[in-house]
Amino acid sequence: MTAAPIHFRNERLMLDPSGAAFWPAKRVLIVADLHFEKSTAFAAQGALLPPYDTRAALERLTRLVRLYRPAKLIALGDSFHDGKGPARLAKDDRARIEAMAREAQIIWVAGNHDAAPHDLPGQCVAEHREGPFVFRHQAEPRLGLRDIEISGHFHPKASIESRAKRISRPCFVSDGASRLILPAFGSFTGGLDVRDPAIAKLFPRGLRVFLLGQEQLYSFALEQLGRLAEVA
Amino acid sequence: MARLPEIFERWFDAKNWRLRTHQAEMLHAAEAGEDALLVAPTGAGKTLAGFLPSLIALAAQPSGKLHTLYVSPLKALGTDIARNLQTPVAEMGLPITIETRSGDTPSNRRARQKEIPPNILLTTPESLLLLLSQENSADYFSALACVVVDEIHALAGTKRGDQLALCVSRLRALSQTRVVGLSATVAHPEAMRRFVGPKTRLVLAEDGAPPEVKMALPETEIPWSGHMGLKAAQMVLAQVEQAGMSIVFVNTRAQAELLFAEIWKHNEKNLPIAIHHGSLDIAQRRKVEAAMAEGRLRAVIATSSLDLGIDWGGVDQVLQIGAPKGVSRLLQRLGRANHRLDEPSRAILVPANRFEVLECEAAMQGVREKALDGDPPCPGGLDVLAQHVLGMACAGRFLPEDLYREVISAAPYADLPRQDFDDVLRFVEDGGYALAAYERYRKLFRDAEGYIYPANAKVTQQFRMNIGTIVEAPMIKIRLLGRRGGFGMGLGEIEEYFVNQLVPGDSFIFSGRLLKFIRLRESFIEVVEAPGKEPKVPAYAGARMPLTTNLASRVRAILHDPACWGAFPTEVQEWLALQKRRSRLPGPEGLLVETFPRNGRWFMVVYAFEGRNAHQTLGLLLTKRMERAGFAPIGFVATDYVLATWSAYRPEKIDQLFQEDMLGDDLEEWMETSSLLRRSFRQVAVIAGLIPRQLPGAEKNRRQVTVNSDLIYDVLRKHQPDHILIRATRADAAHGLIDLSRIAALLARAKGRITHMVLSRVSPLAVPVLLEIGREHVAGEAEDALLAETEALIAEATAENEIRHNFSHGPKGQNMLFQRS
Repeated sequence: MTAAPIHFRNERLMLDPSGAAFWPAKRVLIVADLHFEKSTAFAAQGALLPPYDTRAALERLTRLVRLYRPAKLIALGDSFHDGKGPARLAKDDRARIEAMAREAQIIWVAGNHDAAPHDLPGQCVAEHREGPFVFRHQAEPRLGLRDIEISGHFHPKASIESRAKRISRPCFVSDGASRLILPAFGSFTGGLDVRDPAIAKLFPRGLRVFLLGQEQLYSFALEQLGRLAEVA
Repeated sequence: MARLPEIFERWFDAKNWRLRTHQAEMLHAAEAGEDALLVAPTGAGKTLAGFLPSLIALAAQPSGKLHTLYVSPLKALGTDIARNLQTPVAEMGLPITIETRSGDTPSNRRARQKEIPPNILLTTPESLLLLLSQENSADYFSALACVVVDEIHALAGTKRGDQLALCVSRLRALSQTRVVGLSATVAHPEAMRRFVGPKTRLVLAEDGAPPEVKMALPETEIPWSGHMGLKAAQMVLAQVEQAGMSIVFVNTRAQAELLFAEIWKHNEKNLPIAIHHGSLDIAQRRKVEAAMAEGRLRAVIATSSLDLGIDWGGVDQVLQIGAPKGVSRLLQRLGRANHRLDEPSRAILVPANRFEVLECEAAMQGVREKALDGDPPCPGGLDVLAQHVLGMACAGRFLPEDLYREVISAAPYADLPRQDFDDVLRFVEDGGYALAAYERYRKLFRDAEGYIYPANAKVTQQFRMNIGTIVEAPMIKIRLLGRRGGFGMGLGEIEEYFVNQLVPGDSFIFSGRLLKFIRLRESFIEVVEAPGKEPKVPAYAGARMPLTTNLASRVRAILHDPACWGAFPTEVQEWLALQKRRSRLPGPEGLLVETFPRNGRWFMVVYAFEGRNAHQTLGLLLTKRMERAGFAPIGFVATDYVLATWSAYRPEKIDQLFQEDMLGDDLEEWMETSSLLRRSFRQVAVIAGLIPRQLPGAEKNRRQVTVNSDLIYDVLRKHQPDHILIRATRADAAHGLIDLSRIAALLARAKGRITHMVLSRVSPLAVPVLLEIGREHVAGEAEDALLAETEALIAEATAENEIRHNFSHGPKGQNMLFQRS
């Protein structure tokens, strides 16, 4: 897997094709919208989805922690599908999280699905500031003057017309100046197209997307999505 | 000869009818209490033959209970039959009540039917399961004497057929009922007989007049490729003009839209010509059907949406545009014309390309010889069984042993191992996951005696909203806005997949109108009528059926024998003769493979004739082997007739490429990642009740309440590859989308008998498939390659331009931020 660098002012972040971001200068690993225990939330509603989603996401996350050796892990909110999620964690999965917390300090940013603090190791915060960055769950329409915001919430995805078919993938979204939105990292998380006004209006001066691939990211400007026919 | 009761005899006499042999034989079967399968052509009085025993019994012994249940694949058919049955009942003054029941039946009538059942109830498999899942079902069906299954050939071997067979096994457990199957065409009478019951009497009616089928070609040259048949539009219009009313059958909804548009371009006389397909709004379809029934139309362009259905009587001819695909399907379509027994149905086949000329000839041969096709029914689906098990629990508590015995009495499940049944039961209970996570969310409970019953009322309620085995791709409604704005008029539905490809301002063809996409709302799109450049046509996934084995072997035989070419137009004859000179003609035995260089690539064309699905799978497996052999394959394309691959190096040792072990590890590896299996999984998951069905009204917050089935599939496959739903998915795919049995048959046929022609240039027969290149299907695993290609293409095209976003750029306009590290 090849991560792609993106620069904000003097800081460099690495965007990983798994959907996580890494800040090498401070050794911070960032993921968004883990939605742990989504399957059990659905099961309570009568849809008995495979209960392997938390485990699958944790396995992917563990691989990243092994790869980047972060000092800090920031989860950008909606880490659990609902407030009772932490209580439903299987013993093994809880142990995995605890093991991870011994490797890196975990910052649990509150999301709309999991607003209340919980008892898992690490710190539960409303938002987190470090260096020029503000880490929050959902992008604020207006940013502080010198803030660079890193957020999740929208589960952005984008689709592009290729020679044979249209391909849709989760993606990072950024204006390259003051905002970065991460794709959802959870196993059962769908997506919202970046052309949807809810996302697009956050980027009045245009945006660039980075589609997740198996080995690398694929980058396009907003105006190129769905417009290949005119280019080719 | 069976004697009719006097009142019936008088009624027959008054109509100047006599009891036909097959009708009498059906009466005998009823008297003997036997199950029966009646195979009779349209117009032979099949329906009356099916119902006569019940009418006689009910006339002799009036009853307040349900006596006869009629099940057909179409609601409309039930309604039509009910109307037809009213005639004898009214004219003879019989004390018999007849009613229909379907999803459309108003709730007050349904409630009344529950209290006071009619003597004869006409319904569909889905509504039957709903009835059987009611708590009072044992009493409701206790006096049932006869189940009539109409158009049984359209049900047996499908998931709806599996569902119906299970329901019938329950009906047999609740009552002493006998079962009667009615069918026009049956390819496998033995299998169909077993489907009805173990000791079924087969009743064959006399044949009607044989159909008159001919081929018609457009006056312009016959296209090398393409399947739409648009060049034939004017000729089709001329044929329509000469007849009273025509049905113009096509193969896909997209073809229906395009041909409809093309025909109207030339329809200067404004002949009333309509369009009918499964995505159109139901009200619009009903309007078209009503206009047909009243004889107000001259032609309808239709897909399989009109294959079955009520008798319109007034249809004078049927046209089939494009490949017929199979003899049974063609016969079914021919049967739509002329419902009188003693007059032939008239049909015209219009091939869309050269290969289809051969296929039409083969199909006409097949029709003459009445050589029906179709595979014998395969074992019943485990997903359907899961739905049934839950339904039976809703009806009342049961012991697993009892239900298992009942289930294996249904033909599709006769060989079901007990272990599979138990796995299905566990899936319904708690998901059946190795990780015992759902103890407290169980849907079924077992009591101390081992009885099983639903955990709560919500389980029953959810079951009732998810009945059925027809799973549509996610659809979005289309609303046509008028000039004065307002709410707009419903036009029908298109697949969400297609909507996702639209950008506001794009135009597309639907319902015969040229529409401009305005915007996507929560659960529908808004459009206006407007002219546009290069409109798109909605495509529907999985709509194309492959060429049948029967027809394929006929095509091979015709190809090989120049004596059969006499009826072909000169250009087709010349084409085949040229192929014979330049290469070989593929024959009924063995396998012809050609290799030749072209534009710096090596092409390999495999004349397999096993249908598109099988070729698609074969292409994936073959290119994998070519990769290992070092030929550096670049791509492949599959049609119904041939498979073509192209590679950087010249393929050699062709025999080794086609060894039968291809279906071993390579297949396993490919199935692991294939996107085809994801598509099958979605259907299986919906039918089995894992993913809730999209319901009207519930669409609004659909995005919040469902999880993408692809994600579920990926997680489940990885963590529990032997889960019952993964097994059901693989079984489905093996029979359908990847068509393994046909590949196996091909490899066996080819073994030691491959003719490899090394040519210096493309052969005449290979031209059509080469023209398909560029339109090929690209499998899911190649997506990353496409993304890389697209990214590079855009970078190249925009390299000299200023890119309009505030990212920093390097000196050559390249984006410095995103170089690979």
